[in-house]
Amino acid sequence: MTIPLAHYLIFSGILFSIGLAGVLIRRNILVVFMCLEMMLSAANISLVAFSRAQGTEGIPVYDAQVLSLFIVAIAAAEVSIGLALIVAMFRARRTVDSSALNTLKD
Amino acid sequence: MIQNLPWLFLVLPLLVAAIDWVVFHKCPKTAATLSILSALGTFALCVAYLSGWQTGTPDVYTWMPMASGTLSLHLGLTMDALAMRMMLVVTGIGLLVHIFSLGYMKGDSSNLSRYFAGLSIFMFSMSTIVLADNLAMTFIGWEMVGFSSYLLIGHWFHKASAADAAKKAFITNRVGDFGFLLGILLTLGVFGTLTFADMGTAVAGVTPCLLTVTVICLFCGAIGKSAQFPLHVWLPDAMEGPTPVSALIHAATMVAAGVYMMVRLQISMGTGAFTETACMVIATVGAITAVMAAIIATQQDDIKRVLAYSTLSQLGYMVMAVGLLAGEAAMFHLYTHAWFKALLFLGAGAVIVCCHHEQDIWKMGGLARRMPVTVLCFLMGTFALIAVPGFSGFFSKEAILDAAIVNHPAFFWIGAGVAAITTFYMTRLCLVAFFGSARAHGAEEAREASPTMLLPLLLLAVMAIISGYGFVADYLVPAEGFSAPGFHIGFTFYVSLGALVLGLLAAIAVYGFGKRSSDPLGNNFIATALRKRLYIDALYDKVLVGGLQQCGAHIIEFIDSALIRGLLVQGLAWLVGRVGILLSWIQCGSLRAYSCVAGLGILIIIVLIAL
Repeated sequence: MTIPLAHYLIFSGILFSIGLAGVLIRRNILVVFMCLEMMLSAANISLVAFSRAQGTEGIPVYDAQVLSLFIVAIAAAEVSIGLALIVAMFRARRTVDSSALNTLKD
Repeated sequence: MIQNLPWLFLVLPLLVAAIDWVVFHKCPKTAATLSILSALGTFALCVAYLSGWQTGTPDVYTWMPMASGTLSLHLGLTMDALAMRMMLVVTGIGLLVHIFSLGYMKGDSSNLSRYFAGLSIFMFSMSTIVLADNLAMTFIGWEMVGFSSYLLIGHWFHKASAADAAKKAFITNRVGDFGFLLGILLTLGVFGTLTFADMGTAVAGVTPCLLTVTVICLFCGAIGKSAQFPLHVWLPDAMEGPTPVSALIHAATMVAAGVYMMVRLQISMGTGAFTETACMVIATVGAITAVMAAIIATQQDDIKRVLAYSTLSQLGYMVMAVGLLAGEAAMFHLYTHAWFKALLFLGAGAVIVCCHHEQDIWKMGGLARRMPVTVLCFLMGTFALIAVPGFSGFFSKEAILDAAIVNHPAFFWIGAGVAAITTFYMTRLCLVAFFGSARAHGAEEAREASPTMLLPLLLLAVMAIISGYGFVADYLVPAEGFSAPGFHIGFTFYVSLGALVLGLLAAIAVYGFGKRSSDPLGNNFIATALRKRLYIDALYDKVLVGGLQQCGAHIIEFIDSALIRGLLVQGLAWLVGRVGILLSWIQCGSLRAYSCVAGLGILIIIVLIAL
């Protein structure tokens, strides 16, 4: 039994929306960060799904899979920098609340 | 070729002025010699023409052809008796003043090349006025004499008072010249010609109202140049220049140019063109000047200023005569006045030099014994000025008074009153400066003037005495068909004799024979007002000069503070600030808002691409 492409895309869309909502709504910067990762994963899922769906005779289109591998690698790098920043910020301000990051405004 | 010889009257001094200044900038002696030679040359030429030499009509050069073809500005010479006899006064006195300057300016540290170049350029300009055959050319000469007068008044420009006086003379003259220019344009519009010779026929058919306006506008030029009330203020200050310059320009010739021009107009337009209103204005201005200047002169202490106010007063006489339609009498008086006033100024110059540049008459005294020849010459000039019977000034003043009593008795009585005041202040000057004992160190050491100064004085003294008599005046008085002294003993003679005696006795009664050391009349409010020149100068300073400066300051202040500071500098800053405040809500500092906007942006881009 094969799962149709639409299911993957719907799942990816739901995941992306949850991530986007988390980024927009949550104030805890750590959660915002995790939501960002979720959006990247959603993109990966749709890429891989497309790669499979576009393939002929069981051979997928590898371009999309290569792209998704790149995204994973960049996400890893991003996580390391992002987490480091968050840790540094927490050390400096004792908070990870994003609405507290408005000192430049004044 | 030969018929163009009269152009030398203009070309020679102009050329010499240029050479003096450009080539002999550093050799004052050569420059002086050249200038004197040029004056001598023009004088000789003038004498030659007056004694009947004929060279034909000089060429007329078209200067500015105009489109219509009927009208063009041209340069031509008038060689009639009025012009040539006036030229004799100009070149004759000019020559004597050139020679006198040699003695007067000896030892002066200023640049004498500049001085003589100025004198030469003045001779050129004055000759242009006298010989011009149209009003446009007169105007060129008119402005040029103003310019040369500016140069010569400001000869000692390092002295602030001289520089100010030069500026004052130039600017005051500009006021009059503006009216004159309007008059010239009106003449062109009304008569269709500027040439004197064509004016007589053009006058017919012009409405009296238009004629009045034209004549009065042209008279504005004379008000400025001949220093009539209310533009008289520059002449007394012009005495800051070297005394020979005062004699030539500010007594004998340039200031008389206004009278000459008016008489020239009266002759070319005919007396009919001078309407009753215009005549009344001219005569009234002349009378006011004559009376006011004479009264102010009674309380002046500077020898040159007394003479300056006396010049004003005499010019008022002449202008009054023009207004009374007695142009011949005006020219007669101009002619005698030129000789004796030049004599008075040169005499004053000699006195000033010999007293170590002291000009205050109360610091002189007793000069009659120390420099008898100079003082004698000065007295001759004085007698001519106060109209002692037999001297030249007497005849010309009689001529004016005669004209006045026929035309307008009121002006006759004004003239007689001025004559009495004139006698009073000139007698005061002579008594105080020449008699009694010396009141200052400079006067004690005074010695007779040098020969280069005495020679012009003696020649002028002779002219001051004889120039009124028929055997000289018939040939030299610059008014055609004027049989010089039409003098007869009558009512005017007794009145002017009475005025003379009255003035003389009053002056002797007040000032004695030079025994007093200060003015017995000098300590009341009238004397103070007279010393302050009736506050007219102060009024001009406050109201006109001060007012204009304030007005200018306000305009500049407005541009500076309102436009530049307010609108440009502060306005731009305000605009930028306002825009910043308006846009600053975008930078709210909320991370979620930023990401919201970023998401929205991406959405918009996607939608745009999809479309």
